Amino acid sequence: MANGEEKIVLQYQVPGDDFTRAGEASADLKARLKRLGFPAAAVRKAAISLYEGEINLAIHAGGGEIRVEVTPERIEMWLDDEGPGIPDIALAMSEGYSTAPDEVRSLGFGAGMGLPNMKKYTDSFEITSEVGRGTHIRMAVEIGRS
Amino acid sequence: MTVEELSKACGFIPAFPLPDPEREVTCGFCGDLLSWAMGRAKEGSAWCTVMGSVNAVAVASLADAAVLVLCHEAALMGDAAARAQQQGINILRTDLPEFEAAAAVAKQLGI
Ligand SMILES: Nc1ncnc2c1ncn2[C@@H]1O[C@H](COP(=O)(O)OP(=O)(O)O)[C@@H](O)[C@H]1O
Ligand SMILES: [Mg+2]
Repeated sequence: MANGEEKIVLQYQVPGDDFTRAGEASADLKARLKRLGFPAAAVRKAAISLYEGEINLAIHAGGGEIRVEVTPERIEMWLDDEGPGIPDIALAMSEGYSTAPDEVRSLGFGAGMGLPNMKKYTDSFEITSEVGRGTHIRMAVEIGRS
Repeated sequence: MTVEELSKACGFIPAFPLPDPEREVTCGFCGDLLSWAMGRAKEGSAWCTVMGSVNAVAVASLADAAVLVLCHEAALMGDAAARAQQQGINILRTDLPEFEAAAAVAKQLGI
């Protein structure tokens, strides 16, 4: 990492509907970034954003895949699923909008703040989605800007 | 003020021996919706909540809360205690409602 040439690639599978396991990827990423000596603020931003994404994969998409690339410059994350997709992305991105079912809400999820949090805590955020096909997110935390 | 000092001053009871008693508490946060806590709780918070789940432990860890204050004598559910010990998350318990627990924290922190 120190010489600026290495890149670390991490991959995670998120199971659908298992809320006790959702969070493993972000916890693992956080621990690794800390060990690598990344600034605490950048680690926190990446971990929060990935957790929200992970929870969405579990709740809304029946699971999915995460890929993270870590370089000295940035932490870049891709979340891909083949779930139901999002019909209206602008609406889904608004604070408080949620289609989470009641049993999920009773666990403290479903506040409709996940996508807004991901956008707020990353330096770049792109989401594409097709109904019936799935959802793709790319987001990155720039190290210099944390 | 450290988590251990706060615990003694407020009469909160550690759910298990504090894994990080020297952790500095700098502010507080109240709320039970995880994404709100995740997005709004500041680093170093004493997070007052009734959510004693593994997911609350994950949020406390990822948001860098100093301590989770479990109010209303709410239960620690499932593997939450084990997960918290493993991840070094301090958990204090109290029978106080969230408002009163937060008020006690604020008084100690001079907020
Ligand atoms: N990966 C996804 N697949 C399908 N729908 C999604 C996905 N992520 C988010 N959504 C939709 O966007 C809404 C808002 O997401 P979010 O802001 O994370 O809030 P919450 O998860 O609390 O509902 C969700 O309720 C859901 O309808
Ligand atoms: Mg969400």
